[in-house]
Amino acid sequence: MTTVKTNSMTPVQAINDGLRTMLQEREEMVVLGEDVGINGGVFRATDGLQESFGEDRVFDTPLSESGIIGTSIGMAMNGMLPVAEIQFFGFIYPAYEQVMTHATRMRYRSMGAFTVPMVIRAPYGAGVRAPEIHSDSMEALFTHMPGIKVVCPSNAYDAKGLLISAIEDPDPVLFLEPLKLYRAYKDEVPEGKYEVEIGKGELLVEGEDVTLIAWGAMVPVIKKAAQLAEEKGITCDVIDLRTLSPIDKDIIAASVQKTNRCVIVHEAQSTGGLGNDIISIVNDTSFLYLKSPIERVTGADVHVPFWALEEHFLPTPERTLHAVQKVMDF
Amino acid sequence: MHTPIENRNTHQQDITEQFPMKQIIDSEGNLVDDTYRNEINIEDCRKFYRQMLCMRTFDQKAINLQRQGRIGTYPGFNGQEAAQVGSALALREDDWMFPTYRDHAASITFGGSYAIISTWKGRVEGNRPPEGRNIVPPSVPIATQLPLATGAAMASRYRESSQAVIAYFGDGATSEGDFHEGMNFASVFKAPVVFFNQNNRYAISVPVWKQMNSETIAQKAVAYGMPGVRVDGNDIFAVHHETMKALERARNGEGPTLIEAVTWRYGAHTTADDPTKYRDNETENRKNLLNDPLSRLEAFMKSEGYWDAQWAEDFEKDIKSEIDEAVKEMESMPEPDVNDIYDHMFESPTWPIEEQKKAYMEYLKGGSEK
Repeated sequence: MTTVKTNSMTPVQAINDGLRTMLQEREEMVVLGEDVGINGGVFRATDGLQESFGEDRVFDTPLSESGIIGTSIGMAMNGMLPVAEIQFFGFIYPAYEQVMTHATRMRYRSMGAFTVPMVIRAPYGAGVRAPEIHSDSMEALFTHMPGIKVVCPSNAYDAKGLLISAIEDPDPVLFLEPLKLYRAYKDEVPEGKYEVEIGKGELLVEGEDVTLIAWGAMVPVIKKAAQLAEEKGITCDVIDLRTLSPIDKDIIAASVQKTNRCVIVHEAQSTGGLGNDIISIVNDTSFLYLKSPIERVTGADVHVPFWALEEHFLPTPERTLHAVQKVMDF
Repeated sequence: MHTPIENRNTHQQDITEQFPMKQIIDSEGNLVDDTYRNEINIEDCRKFYRQMLCMRTFDQKAINLQRQGRIGTYPGFNGQEAAQVGSALALREDDWMFPTYRDHAASITFGGSYAIISTWKGRVEGNRPPEGRNIVPPSVPIATQLPLATGAAMASRYRESSQAVIAYFGDGATSEGDFHEGMNFASVFKAPVVFFNQNNRYAISVPVWKQMNSETIAQKAVAYGMPGVRVDGNDIFAVHHETMKALERARNGEGPTLIEAVTWRYGAHTTADDPTKYRDNETENRKNLLNDPLSRLEAFMKSEGYWDAQWAEDFEKDIKSEIDEAVKEMESMPEPDVNDIYDHMFESPTWPIEEQKKAYMEYLKGGSEK
């Protein structure tokens, strides 16, 4: 049996390692975006890649989100594997049209004659005291969009494995990077290429009483909430969704059918948020198992506040515990 | 609110001098620039004329089909044949074309199929190019195809291919951000792409002088450090040779070119539009008929002795039967396949799509939806 060598890495280092691994593996892959070249990205996600692979493979673009995504679509159609960075997810709005009208539609409207195997990487989320707009988590705008997959890792291992799967995927993938977790902790990350399957969630903690579901930066929040609940004698299944479109419905159904209660936590706004789709999945698969209505802990239907107040917007372990108690006491 | 062209700054006169309208034959068919004299021959003239007439006949047929309720809303291009045919005939077989919804003449000339018209019958099949032809489904949103064309060209350059790319767009598209983003990227990355503008002077009801405050579209190239060329879009020789030059530049690694082909569409924006609401169609059309791309080529060919009545009669008959055949083929297409809704979203369908498809198929069969 061979032993795979691992290295201790933060999520952002794992993303860098994933990009490096795939740049070595697939010569048609390019990394592009604002400041991804010599600067190595404003968060250093692409640090050192231009130095290793040259300016043809890792290059800075003009400051132009629609241009970055539009040209990536054209490159992908003509035989390349572009991995485009949008510097902050909240800056993607000018490119929304390109994703919606071309990236996601090209295969359908050409009946497969043209395909768009590209990845859009974007750091997202609040809690890092960023200026206005930088903190948005508008994943639901994209999970609502047909023809694109959306993934969101919460740890370094998944970050590298999911990124590699996204690059290998023959269709467009939006890869959301939780900004708050970029350097929050380290994991053991295998060297070389491995994949974490798109569409599969992970059960991180097993319990009996309540299912807690989150993704990205909210995963540490529900893990902490589960600890707080345990102190009160309530045990929780903790699920990291990892893929937001398509959602792993089996992992949700199996857990809710066991615990009979469910709390969903996301930092995005509530109305039209992904939590509602998860409720629909529970409704479709496990309605008769429920002992209480499903609770959601989410951002309010307001813009992510200026950072002096952002902790009042973001879900916390304490707010999650409050919801856990509510479903227990129903 | 808007500055009519005649009242604009005098510096714009300099612009007109910098970007003169290039012509090889004038509206009466006289050769006004003999630079290409040696390249003009009877075979090309006949090819150009035949293809333009074929496209005009096709366009008229499509409008008639719409009037008869046999297809849905249709955007005609009547009057723009020289711009589309002349540029498309400059392409090499393996080049890429990013057309808009109005560029059927360009697509069909480039080796596309008449099946394209089935898109106006609501059939996705109309978007599928013939095998080996890089004709991208026509862009419906305005100017969004320009960054794509640039990207395809960047890939061509990266892969050291000699493929070039042409992207079509109208005058209204030059106001969109994606026009500027596509041009800027192309220039920065020296992408082998030709931006081919058909300035037919109206974006539905908005005339070009309300669309922009610059005298020409060609001059916008200056801001991006690329050549900008203004051609008489009804002069197929001028269009063809300027496109050839731009494609050659692209293949030589010299980067993109912006071509503004000034033309005129006789008909409405689409069959659902009424141009008499916003322009004096009768007067304008009468005026523009004097510049008609077909009649001026016909006049030129007659003066050169290239015209032959029997040849003209024969190919007109051929064209008619070719188009009748294409319509027959479209109308005898089997019923659309419901699976086509679901089967081209991803390489492998995701579970929601699989489940939704299954449920709907059950429903169609009269079974349970769940």
